Amino acid sequence: MKEQSNWLAACRVEDAIENGGVCVKHGEEQIALFYFTRRNEWYATQNECPHKKQMALSRGMIGSTTDEPKVACPFHKKTFSLSTGECLSGDECAIKTYPVKIENGTVYIGTTPKS
Amino acid sequence: MKEPQIIVIGNGMVGYKFCEKLRSKTKSFKIIVFGEEPRRAYDRVHLSEYFNGKTADDLSLSTENWYQEQDITLFLNNPVTQIDREHRKVYTANGADYSYDILVFATGSGAFVPNIPGIEKDGVFVYRTIEDLDLISGYAKKAKTASVIGGGLLGLEAAKALIDLGIEKTSIIEFAPRLMPRQIDAAGSDMLKSKLADLGLHIHLNKNTTSIEGDGRITALKFSDDTVIDVDMLVISAGIKPRDELAKACGVEVGARGGIIVNEKMQTSDPAIYAIGECALYDGMIYGLIAPGYEMAEVLATNLCQGDKAFTGFDMSTKLKLIGIDVASFGDNFITEPDCRTIIFENKHKGVYKRINVSNDGQYLLGGILIGDATAYNLLLQTSNNRIVLPENPEELILGARGGSEPAGGAGITGLPDSALICSCEGVTKGDICAAVADGSCENIDDLKKCTKAGTGCGGCLPMVKDLMTYTLKSQGKYIKNVICEHFNYSRQELFDLIHIHELKSYDEVLDALGKNDGCEVCKPLVSSLLASLWNEMILKKGNDVAQDSNDRFLANIQKGGSYSVVPRVPGGEITPDKLIVIGEVAKKYNLYTKITGGQRIDMFGAHLNDLPIIWEELIAAGFESGHAYGKGLRTVKSCVGSTWCRFGLHDSVSFAIRIEERYRGIRAPHKFKSAVSGCIRECAEAQSKDFGIIATEKGWNLYVCGNGGSKPQHALLLATDLDSETCIQYIDRFLMFYIRTADPLTRTATWLNKMEGGIDYLRNVIINDSLGMAAQWENEIENLIASYKCEWKEAVENPAIRKRFSHFVNAPEDKDPTIEFVEMRGQKRTAEWKTL
Ligand code: SRM
Ligand SMILES: Cc1cc2nc3c(=O)[nH]c(=O)nc-3n(C[C@H](O)[C@H](O)[C@H](O)COP(=O)(O)OP(=O)(O)OC[C@H]3O[C@@H](n4cnc5c(N)ncnc54)[C@H](O)[C@@H]3O)c2cc1C
Ligand code: SF4
Ligand code: FES
Repeated sequence: MKEQSNWLAACRVEDAIENGGVCVKHGEEQIALFYFTRRNEWYATQNECPHKKQMALSRGMIGSTTDEPKVACPFHKKTFSLSTGECLSGDECAIKTYPVKIENGTVYIGTTPKS
Repeated sequence: MKEPQIIVIGNGMVGYKFCEKLRSKTKSFKIIVFGEEPRRAYDRVHLSEYFNGKTADDLSLSTENWYQEQDITLFLNNPVTQIDREHRKVYTANGADYSYDILVFATGSGAFVPNIPGIEKDGVFVYRTIEDLDLISGYAKKAKTASVIGGGLLGLEAAKALIDLGIEKTSIIEFAPRLMPRQIDAAGSDMLKSKLADLGLHIHLNKNTTSIEGDGRITALKFSDDTVIDVDMLVISAGIKPRDELAKACGVEVGARGGIIVNEKMQTSDPAIYAIGECALYDGMIYGLIAPGYEMAEVLATNLCQGDKAFTGFDMSTKLKLIGIDVASFGDNFITEPDCRTIIFENKHKGVYKRINVSNDGQYLLGGILIGDATAYNLLLQTSNNRIVLPENPEELILGARGGSEPAGGAGITGLPDSALICSCEGVTKGDICAAVADGSCENIDDLKKCTKAGTGCGGCLPMVKDLMTYTLKSQGKYIKNVICEHFNYSRQELFDLIHIHELKSYDEVLDALGKNDGCEVCKPLVSSLLASLWNEMILKKGNDVAQDSNDRFLANIQKGGSYSVVPRVPGGEITPDKLIVIGEVAKKYNLYTKITGGQRIDMFGAHLNDLPIIWEELIAAGFESGHAYGKGLRTVKSCVGSTWCRFGLHDSVSFAIRIEERYRGIRAPHKFKSAVSGCIRECAEAQSKDFGIIATEKGWNLYVCGNGGSKPQHALLLATDLDSETCIQYIDRFLMFYIRTADPLTRTATWLNKMEGGIDYLRNVIINDSLGMAAQWENEIENLIASYKCEWKEAVENPAIRKRFSHFVNAPEDKDPTIEFVEMRGQKRTAEWKTL
């Protein structure tokens, strides 16, 4: 297995939005970072919604369905699993998800997507 | 072995249905379809809706790629012109020929055009295809009077279309002594005739047209009784004529009065050739309705796949809404005494006529006719078709049980056998519907339509399908209440009261106290809306921003592409030149698109998220405030100019509109709500299309409630008349609080009222007579909401923690979203198209 080597220092924990998302710039790319405070979990996904290619997922509401954490795109409310990226409503393609770690109050996003 | 090749002649409703049914059973035939019309098969039954805004695309029965996906070759605009049975070949209009193993006639029928001298004149039309309708609507622009020959089902529909097209005087000419001679009796016809006359239709019965007058174009009709009427155009609707000309020419047997003769397998005199739909003559009968046509398609498709099905005739019961009047007939509608017992109910005043024919032993319903009120149709039809034993007093079937509370539909469906055919267009039985609901695969009408196809044909069975669904859900103990989502086991109204009692102030508190797990995009905005309605606190406080819909979260509507709109409040639509200049300057500075909205104010589109706070700061400094264009709350109160300028104005509608708008601004509700104030009955502010609307009278104001524009327009209803301003406001206060407390999520006032038992009378009693004893509490509550109003944009720009959130990148707060693209149009910008299709 390949070791995750590229970690992007995204922001401080206190800059992230509790139970919501922020958007992180990574060169040309945009990554949505979610601080799911209620579950004490962090998630990162691509910011672009595959439905109409809108840079919007970080502005979506998060929640869960039968324990699966999810985000709903603000445009047409398509929902995606935060853990696997799978589309939970309709047949949009899955979104990329990234690993997240916290060290000394800084949030790091692994820039190689989880498979 | 080579796949057998099927050629279908005709791409109408039945031809299409045949392809669909065959393909759902097998992929193993090659199918080629020839259509004479220039477009894919469309819904001819709802053809008239073409005049009410439906497009040819809306009416189409399939999507553009459907034939391709199904591996069916479709030729349009290319009729078959000749058939060589010996070599099993067809020739088409463009000269090519194709071989078949199996040939299917689905050529339908054309309008029967009687041989009246002058019939070829300009201005004479038939009513069958989209092209016919295009011709009619083009000609109608110049016409003031029109006639329809034929007082049957189609003739009446054509007459309605002419009225809708704005013809001033439309008449119907019928040869028989009554209207709809195939469906209804003389008494029913009289009732229908008087209702139609009320609507301005002139009906002439017993009239035999002898000539069509005019020099090149029609100007008048002459009759055998020597009378004449002047008309500018004429629609012929005197019956149908099966399209059997090709069959006849190639020697396939046809009936003496037309129609391709078929047996119960839909086979013609040539075993390789079949006929289905309106061109087929079975047992001496042409079935001019869609349901039997679909059944024929099913029979043929099944038999081609080695199944065994027979067509054995079809029930010709029909229910229609003609010009808003219910007309239905079912079973043996014309049987009379002494062969049966006839029960008739008639209310001339209301225009209702109902007749049922009951077997002499009183056991069974044989048939009947309903005019003016056909709500009982589905149930009666089922009772008759399934030979359900009648109750002791069968008249209750048409009168409704007196004193009993059970509505006609409710008790009846339980008694139906599982085999009862509910949707005859698609052949779906009660058993099919109940099973689909019971096994959990469908819990709403859309699911049911998808998985059973019930209700997707003419749609007439939908009320019954809904009843069956509710009944099945209920009997499983499932449909207990309207719970919000998996996180809250309450209805909106229950949650409202619980949040109130427990004084909960944030989404997380509510979830902890009353819900479970993590919440979702359904309950979050709903709870946020309740919190706002109850406490009217800044909606972005306490981490509540992430529990808001995107539009509320950023206090602006998100648009295609990811930019936002800016809509300052312009109360009553009144604005000073200075403020107009400010809007112009701000829009220029931040490169925003501007447009006058449908709500009498100005929208600025295309703002970057990052720019919103600074834009609002400038607007607020110039005296503007949030317009709540994004929130579920008061939108606009439109006004007309009123008595200050208008020569007809009775009161100062602008001042009153501003007062109303400033009173209710910022209040959150289950859905948005709108209002308008007109200065007189000319109603230039369109108050009767609003959630509440006010119109000046000589003595005060008339208050209308529960109107709606939007996708399902509905006029507001008069709640109270001649009110002084204070009483008017008092009633609106009560009305709004009642709505806010009790409506389901995302329900506008019109829909709320539609679901309210007792309707407007009940509402009036609650608002004016305080029948619930809540008025004082509601007035108090709304005063609190009004007193706590603050412009939320002002709070947002002044609060650094909130303001900070209006940036696109958390790690590059100055950068705007680089993916947002605009293009130029008419000297302004517009957003680029979606990047996907
Ligand atoms: C801007 C405007 C169109 C325009 O350019 O004129 C508009 C724009 C939108 N309308 Fe509207 N409506 C606008 C007047 C209307 C009107 C006319 C009126 O108010 O007199 C109606 C019909 C009247 C009515 O509501 O009864 C109207 C009926 C709707 C509906 C259907 C509501 C319904 O109950 O059927 C929606 C959908 C919804 O709210 O769920 C809607 C939704 C929308 C949304 C919010 C769609 C969305 O979610 O993005 C649009 C937001 C654009 C934006 O980015 O701000 N808009 N909309 C009008 C703004 C008026 C204003 O000053 O606030
Ligand atoms: C205005 C209107 C309202 C109606 N309302 C109702 C209603 O409320 N309820 C109801 O049950 N029924 C209603 N009907 C009747 C219903 O539309 C018909 O029963 C149904 O369309 C019959 O389908 P079909 O496929 O047999 O014929 P059609 O839909 O007429 O299709 C036949 C097709 O074959 C084509 N064709 C003919 N000859 C050739 C050829 N040689 N080569 C290639 N193509 C050919 C024709 O151009 C046509 O497109 C209504 C009809 C009309 C016109
Ligand atoms: S009518 Fe439709 S497209 Fe036009 S503004 Fe309203 S919601 Fe948008
Ligand atoms: S763009 Fe995300 S759901 Fe449509």
